[in-house]
Amino acid sequence: MIKSGFFEKRLRYLFPLPAVLFVLLLMVFPVVYTLFVSFSDWALTSGRPMKFVGLGSYLKVLREPRFIAALERTFFFTLGAVLIESVLGTGIAIILNRHFRGKNAVKFVLLLPLVATPVAIGIVWNLFYDPTIGFLNYVLNLFGLPQSGWVTASRTVLPSLMLVDIWQWTPMITLIVLAGLAGLSQEPYESARVDGASHFQILRLITLPLIMPTVLTALILRAIDALKTFDIIYAMTGGGPGYSSETINIMAFKYSFEYFDLGTASAILVFLFFLVLLFSLAVMKVRKQFEL
Amino acid sequence: MELYGGLLRAGHLPVQVISMFFAPQRRAEMKRFLAFLLIASLCVPVFAAGQSEAPAAKPQEIRVLLANHPYGELIKPMIPEFEAKTGIKVNVESLQESQLTQKLTTEFATGSSTVDVFMTRPLQEGLLFIKNGWYAPLDAYDFSDYPATSVSLGQKDGKTYIVPLVTEWQVLYYRKDLLRKAGLKVPTNFTELEAAAKAMTSADVAGFGSRGKGAAAVTQISSFIYNFGGNYLDKNVAVFNTPEAVEAFRYYGKLLANYGPQGVTSMSWENLMPVFQAGKLAMWTDASVFYGQLVDPTKTQVPAADIGVAQLPAGPKGDHPFIVVSWGFGLSSKTQNKAAATQFLEWATSKDLAVKAMLANITMARDSAWTDPSVKQKMNAELAATQSHAAKNGYPFDRPFMSAVGKARDLIGEVVIEAIDSKGTSTRLQALATEKVNAVNDLLKADGEYGGK
Repeated sequence: MIKSGFFEKRLRYLFPLPAVLFVLLLMVFPVVYTLFVSFSDWALTSGRPMKFVGLGSYLKVLREPRFIAALERTFFFTLGAVLIESVLGTGIAIILNRHFRGKNAVKFVLLLPLVATPVAIGIVWNLFYDPTIGFLNYVLNLFGLPQSGWVTASRTVLPSLMLVDIWQWTPMITLIVLAGLAGLSQEPYESARVDGASHFQILRLITLPLIMPTVLTALILRAIDALKTFDIIYAMTGGGPGYSSETINIMAFKYSFEYFDLGTASAILVFLFFLVLLFSLAVMKVRKQFEL
Repeated sequence: MELYGGLLRAGHLPVQVISMFFAPQRRAEMKRFLAFLLIASLCVPVFAAGQSEAPAAKPQEIRVLLANHPYGELIKPMIPEFEAKTGIKVNVESLQESQLTQKLTTEFATGSSTVDVFMTRPLQEGLLFIKNGWYAPLDAYDFSDYPATSVSLGQKDGKTYIVPLVTEWQVLYYRKDLLRKAGLKVPTNFTELEAAAKAMTSADVAGFGSRGKGAAAVTQISSFIYNFGGNYLDKNVAVFNTPEAVEAFRYYGKLLANYGPQGVTSMSWENLMPVFQAGKLAMWTDASVFYGQLVDPTKTQVPAADIGVAQLPAGPKGDHPFIVVSWGFGLSSKTQNKAAATQFLEWATSKDLAVKAMLANITMARDSAWTDPSVKQKMNAELAATQSHAAKNGYPFDRPFMSAVGKARDLIGEVVIEAIDSKGTSTRLQALATEKVNAVNDLLKADGEYGGK
């Protein structure tokens, strides 16, 4: 049994091995490979093999005004959409957090945008937004308001896309906050009512502080997702008109699959990767302070 | 621990089975043995049948990628006939054109491709694929039925890599009824074109439409640039900042901004065609390939009798609409079934199919398809006239012919959008064009294609 003792001691390495290999192959390898490609000049259009250029691709990206503009758009889109989603989502959750008939039906309706396919959402919203035959301009027209170009005009395209994101993802925040509200203890409320606190005071001084960690968690999850938004933007505008809705992800996609400049595309993606990472760390730190 | 012990015990299983076979004393074990024999005997004929069939048939299998293009749609239902005749199994995938390029490029670049035959765009990806050695040379193919200029697009160092398939040229689709109502004739030059656009624009109908979506517009504005006396590249140097070319950008921008449909800077053909089909566009200039869909009563609300097609009006310095080979067929250099793949290629680009395609309003690259009597009889006379005009006077490129054409189109697209957004009046248009010319020249230099030839 000495031999099997040797194996038995190391058995704990053997059994998780498939899972470890899975993670390494499918999650770590692509990241490391992207990092590797980002240090090289690899443009298929040149017909030359991959060449190591160190930080060359990164410098090229930083000197590209299009990248800076895309970075700004990514931030604008994320901050705008996520903040509005958090406020709206929390508000709706507080309103819904009481017993009324049809509560489950409302929850069900709220779920619908979440489960819809993004490309299908994009197509439907594009029909709404169409400046000539679309529903939204028809509505504006009814009220005698000036018509908008929506996603077809460079000034309105980003807010229009944010509106779709808000429509789709506010319910997620609502559902998370509703779950948080359901878990709150009733005691502070009872004592507050005994003390004669008004509804508004209870909301401001008890409910909001108590659910803040939940809201922040929802916000982080949403923000990480929003920074990487691709499907809706690609399906609705492809980054246009011109580059006016091109975020970092769309730009990286174009560099890899339309320009076949894989080195530059990888450098852009590494930037995005660290951006998301930094953002997550920063928000986590803020959240810790909040809870203390 | 339990599990490990179980594994060790499981190791004894074969021993138990063997001992069971050799010493079947107990009845239960005997029964099990008989059942095993029965199952085994049932299996034998199945295996045997599988074995006897395998070497005889050995079905050849090829993978074919087609575009979502009228020609792809035409041949797809006929593929079973090809399979029955040749015994080759064809696995077809259809993709939208830019996704086709992406898929092919990704598969070829990673060396994982199992594609044998594919539809390809000579002007968009031809240079890139030839450069990377992704096409197999077509030494045995008979190119005598094709115009030399169209074959030369897919040639390098004396070898030919692409079979030209479909040709397209720029035309002007227009509404005969609206033109008649305005008391005008079909415009023959750019001054008349603008006057007609203005006259037919109303609250309900846009007078003139053409692609305004940056990169997509590059092919449609090309004929305007040629007719103003400009060009994208001259001897592989970017020159679209000449006064002639800038004039063309301005004219195009002015026309689309003043008389085009709303939101034109995000419109390509797939957005403009429905507007024309809905009767909300009086004139539309794009490739000739869409004629069939415009007069198809199931797709269009305008009676076919009211839809005309004419050659693109001449410009102040020329009359050279593009006429290009928009699609071709290629053979993968990585194919494992060259014989079967070649057989499919020959079939898919055959004279027979070319004639069938012509009868379905798809304009083919084969010369003989145009002289076929059945085609001549059925072909729309107006469309045929635009073809012979373009064949005589046209220019064989509708975009800068270079490997990095994807990025170059985006760069030129920026100039197009600036022209439209400013209604052609932008004061920085010249400077912008020069900036983009330099950027395109940088691309040419980086890819070793700058100057010469």
